[in-house]
This record gives sequence, C-alpha cells and structure tokens, in this order.
Amino acid sequence: MKLLEPGAELDGFTVVECIHSGGMAHIYQVRYSDNRPGPGFDMAMKVPRMTAGDGAENIVSFEVESQIMQVLTGSHVPRFVAMGDLDRVPYLVMEYVHGRTLQDWLDADTPPNVEEIARLGTAMAQAVHALHQQNTVHLDLKPANVLFRADGRAVLLDFGLSCHAHYPDLLAEQLRKAVGSPAWIAPEQVVGVRGDPRSDIFAIGVMLYQLCTGELPFGEPQTTGGLRQRLWMDPPPPRKLKPDIPPWLQEVVMRCLEPEAAQRYPSGAHLAFDLSQPEQIVVTARGNNTKGTSFRTHFKRWIKAAGMHYLPSPLPSQQIDEVPIVMVAVPHKDVTDATLYSLRQAVARSLGTRPGARLACVTVISPSQTSASQDDKSETHVQRRYLTTLRQWAQPLDQPGQQISFHVLESGDVAQALLDYANGNNVSVIVMGAATHGLMTQRFVATVPIKVAMDAPCTIILVKQALPFEHLGGIAKGRGASTAGYSDSDADVPF
Amino acid sequence: MKLALLSDIHANIQALDACLLHARAQKAQRFAFLGDLVGYGANPCEVVERVMLLTEEGATVIKGNHDEMAVTPPTEVKHVGASTAAWTHQQLSAAHRTWLDTLPMVLHQDKILMVHASADAPDLWRYVYDERAATVSLDAAAQWPGVRYVFGGHVHEQSLYYRGSSAGLMKFSPQPGVALPVPSHRQWLSTVGSVGQPRDGRVDAMYATLDTDRWQLTFHRVPYDHYAAASAIRAAGLPEFFAERLEKGR
Repeated sequence: MKLLEPGAELDGFTVVECIHSGGMAHIYQVRYSDNRPGPGFDMAMKVPRMTAGDGAENIVSFEVESQIMQVLTGSHVPRFVAMGDLDRVPYLVMEYVHGRTLQDWLDADTPPNVEEIARLGTAMAQAVHALHQQNTVHLDLKPANVLFRADGRAVLLDFGLSCHAHYPDLLAEQLRKAVGSPAWIAPEQVVGVRGDPRSDIFAIGVMLYQLCTGELPFGEPQTTGGLRQRLWMDPPPPRKLKPDIPPWLQEVVMRCLEPEAAQRYPSGAHLAFDLSQPEQIVVTARGNNTKGTSFRTHFKRWIKAAGMHYLPSPLPSQQIDEVPIVMVAVPHKDVTDATLYSLRQAVARSLGTRPGARLACVTVISPSQTSASQDDKSETHVQRRYLTTLRQWAQPLDQPGQQISFHVLESGDVAQALLDYANGNNVSVIVMGAATHGLMTQRFVATVPIKVAMDAPCTIILVKQALPFEHLGGIAKGRGASTAGYSDSDADVPF
Repeated sequence: MKLALLSDIHANIQALDACLLHARAQKAQRFAFLGDLVGYGANPCEVVERVMLLTEEGATVIKGNHDEMAVTPPTEVKHVGASTAAWTHQQLSAAHRTWLDTLPMVLHQDKILMVHASADAPDLWRYVYDERAATVSLDAAAQWPGVRYVFGGHVHEQSLYYRGSSAGLMKFSPQPGVALPVPSHRQWLSTVGSVGQPRDGRVDAMYATLDTDRWQLTFHRVPYDHYAAASAIRAAGLPEFFAERLEKGR
C-alpha cells in the first residue's frame, strides 16, 4: 500500500504522521477518526506494503504478527488495539511505545558503562521471560526491536518471525531453513529449529556483546557457511577487545552465546537473576579467558556441529517451568533446629533432581542490626556473618548443576522484603517456615508467612517443623507409618 | 455465525448430549454432523433421533462408513469395525435406516466442504492421517468452486493441516480451547476428532466450533459420563472391548 498522508483515514483511524517507513511496512501514529478519546495511550498503526493476494513472505510474517499480538499481554509488549481484514485492508493498530531503542544506546557517543549494560540486560531478560511464559518465542530480537520505557522496563517489538506454540507456525517449512536476522540468529535457528526459548537468550547474548565491545560477535554473515560458524565457534572473548569488562560480565555474555542451547541460561529469569546480582556469579574460565577458544576445542565442536539437525522443541512455558528459581526464606533468630532441618528437606524436594534449577537463600535482617559507627556492627561485617550462617545451612543441599546463591536483605518489613525479592527475580517457588519470626502466639494478626502467602507471585510452600527422630518415636509408639509430621500445605488452603 | 462440527458420535448419546450442551453454551447457532452417527455404541436410535430433530433446525448431516454399514451390514465380519453393524441394524427402525441411507456423502456450502473421510474418493473411506493424505483430499476439494475449508472426521483425532511458507501441507496438533485464526485467504483441512469414541488416551469427547464471521476455529474437549456410556454397552451385550475403550480413551 502506498504511503498515507497526515489526515488520511483508514478503517476508522486518522493518520497523524508517519513514524517509520521500512521495506516491509509503514508505521504511522494514528488517532480515532470520530474523535473519541484514545485507549489511554498513543496508538501506532502498522500497514504492510503488500496484501494477502501477493503471497509474499512479508505478508505471511504480518499475518503471524497480527495473530500473536492479539493474544500477548503484559508491559513487555505493545498493547494490541485493532487489526484490519487481511484480504481487504491489512493493518495492525497497537500501543505507540515511547522510549529509546537498544540501537539508540549503541549509537550513542559514549558507550554504556558496566552498570548500565547489566541494567539493560536484566530488563531484556525479564521481558523475554514474560514472553516465554506466554508460550511465545520472539526469534528476531535485535537492537532495533528492543525499546526501553522511561521506567527502565524493556518492550519487545516486531513479532513477524515469532512462534507461538498454540498456533500453527505459518513460517515453518518442510525444508527447514534459517529465518531471522543473520547477526543475532541462534545456532539452532540456523538449522531450522523454531520455538526454543533459549534462541532468544542467544540473541540477548549478541546484544550484550555489542554493548560491551561495540562489535558483533559473529559479524554479519551473508552465506549459509558463514551462518553455520556459530554452531561451533566462540567469538573472541569481550575482555580481549575491552580489557576493562569485568570477568563476571564476560561470564554472562559467553554463557548466553554458547553454541549448544543446553549450555546457555535455561530461561530469561535465570539470566536476569545473574545480571542483577553480579556478586553471586561464579566466574569460570569462560569469564577469565582473554585469549579466545583453542583450535582444538573449535575443531572438536566443528565435527559435532556437522551432524546438527532439526529437533522439535517442547512448549516454551513448559521448558522454562522445568528450571525453577526456588527461594527459601531462612530465619536467623527464634528458630529451632527442627525448623531449619524441615526447611532444608522441603527445599531439596522442590529443587528436584533436574539440572538447571537454582536456589536463592534469603534472610531478612532489620536495619537496626547494622550501625555505621560501631565496627563490629558495620554493614559488611554483619552481612558476612549472616552469609556464613546461610552457607552452612545450605551446605547439604549442594548438588552439581544446581546453583545456590545467598542474600542478606535489610528491611523493617520482613514480608514485604521477601515479596519484593520474589517479584524482582521471577521466583517460581517460595519455601518458608509456617510459623517463624516469633509470631506464633498472635493468631489473629497476619504473620509473616500469611502475608507472604497472600501476596506471593508464585507457589509458596509453608513448612512445619519436624525432626527425623520425632518421626521415629512416633512410629515406635505405634502411631502408624504416617510421615505427616510436617506438610507442604498449600498456602491458600487455610483461608 | 458459529457452527459446531461434530463427527464420529458412534451411538454414544451421553457424549453427544454433553457436546451439544457445551456447543450451545459456546453460542453455536448451527450444527454439522460429519458422519458415523452409529456403530460401536449402545444408543444408535437415540442418537439418530436427536440428530434428525436437529436437522429441522437446519443442522446438516453427511454419511460415514458406519452409517452405511448399519444400513447394509456385511454378511461376514472381517474386522472389529464391522462387528457391531448387525446389532445396530436390528436396533434401528426402518425409518431410521432409510434416513441414514439417503444422507449425502459430501456437502458443499460456500467456502466449506464437509466429507467424512477423504474428498478425493469419499466412498473409499480413506483415512486422512498425515500431510500426504491431507494434500490429496484438499486438492480434490479445490474442484468445488470457492472451497477454502475441508472438515472431516473418521480418524478420531483433532488436527489442522495448513500450508506453511513452502508448498506442502503442515500438520498442527491443536490445544483445546484456543481460538485459532483460519483466514480464508489460505486453505485449511481439519479433522475435528470423535465425539463418541476418543482414542488418544483421554476420555473426553471431541468436537470443534467454527466462527464464520471472524474465521476462527476452536477445538474442544468435553468431559461426559463415559462410565454410563460404557455400562450401556455392557448392558446391551456388545463386546467388552468397546466399553473398556470408552473408559480408557484408547
């Protein structure tokens, strides 16, 4: 369709101005023609250059985008307003999100510093996680498609190459070939895999690499052979190009860029977790390396990659559900051994045996426990003491392939601190004692566990205390083989 | 207009009633039956009468292989599918049989073609199980002017075939309850599943609704009293296998 002039009308919308004129579509800012008030935000209309009759690929991706935009929700995607009939007047009206794109950040005169990179990365990872929870994989993330709202949240744009597991994938082919933008596309996309959420993690890795170094890790390959390089090759480590990049950041970037999806962060939540808590990252050779990957390693991977072919992926939401972030609230006072023991048992069960789950051990101390003037009460001193206690508590839980991190939060409001932490880190399960923090007697006051249970963003397991020898005693006394000394009561049952 | 597409009821009145109730709650205004009203199940007369009544409200019905077998039962039983045909034949009245006998094999309404099995040779009852069979059926359906949608049953599974970006058809296994856009600028073929004899390990009845204003297709799974349906099969003295099949969903 030809360019619309300001004031032109299309299906009840009036063009205010053209925002973007691309090869595939024009994007206009629009308002309702009958002057009724807008939906509470500015509106943008995307009009493809061709119609359905042309059968070209760009109209198919417009169809895909219309289909997916209608069902996505949340602040990480533009809100959907209306769409036109694909045969007659194809268009898509959505929220006009104002903000800076990642491309703007990359084009800026001064490159972003490490804190800014971590913040941008966290926002992208959280946005991607929200998308994966809705069974959608973006598959075309690049700096022009990521926008940051004024409050720092990332918004993902352009779902023309995306894949929603509940809808027929119109872009799938029998002869599977790469679909996506060559610079950011994941290795598995190169061999035609559509629908693995870890492909989006790879794209974030490429963008983080750009933020760190100003360069593209794999360049912009024009040939299939060039594209296949990322199936086995590691890019030069960022610290080789920019020595001032901290090892932890390189660790994160290179983990996102692992050729094998299983070696990357298993979900956006896991990536956001690390980027927002860099002090918890275990830096390996991947983060310290400044030379690059050896020829030997590359050669071995090259052999392996030669046989890489299409494998179907399970539902994205299912896949990320299998790698939960489990948070346990460990009390540090008025707590019995039995409670600590029971908590640990419950945590072990919640983590399961699958690799990839991670555990965050959290304790909340009141601000009065630290003091700037007293040496033995200095913040670092007190924090270190509690961190040591947490580490000792969690020691029996240590399993290969499952990461554990430790956090001492300072707050006067224990419940709120726990909730904020769970919300901010996409925690999947909270494990906590059913009656801790000395509030057992106050039956009609909302205790900490009750408050957390009421507002928790996820499943919560309330653990009742029980020591193993108490069980043994119970059985000996003939109370049967019941092991229900402590139970995982579902938080919402008692209300 | 919302059209409910029901196939392979197989004389299961409990499942049919549950689906009809569900479809009315979904605001379905019209009903289309895609064959195999009878066979296997214990209530062929009730099912036939229920459907005959609905035709007075404009419901459409096409013939399935089991309907044909019930009219003219095979003299010797060669496979399990034919084992209940003679019993069904005896249960049905002459009027029921005449009505079943006169059902059309194929029905064409604007953009939609309904056929129990494959559109290329409806009377051969070929199964549309994969992309290849779906392509043959869809290509044959294209001979009817303006056809964009082919709906059928026979295979007792819910699937949607569509063209991806290459020429061949792709098979999609739908999630129940999700409204799938099926715009009419593409060609679609769907098997809507079986109301009265699910075989995928779930006991819930299957059917689909098509919204012809928005061109959205929704597949449904409806729980029903499958124990009652199984008991009825046992009470009628039909083979135990068919009762167990409803209890297990396979």
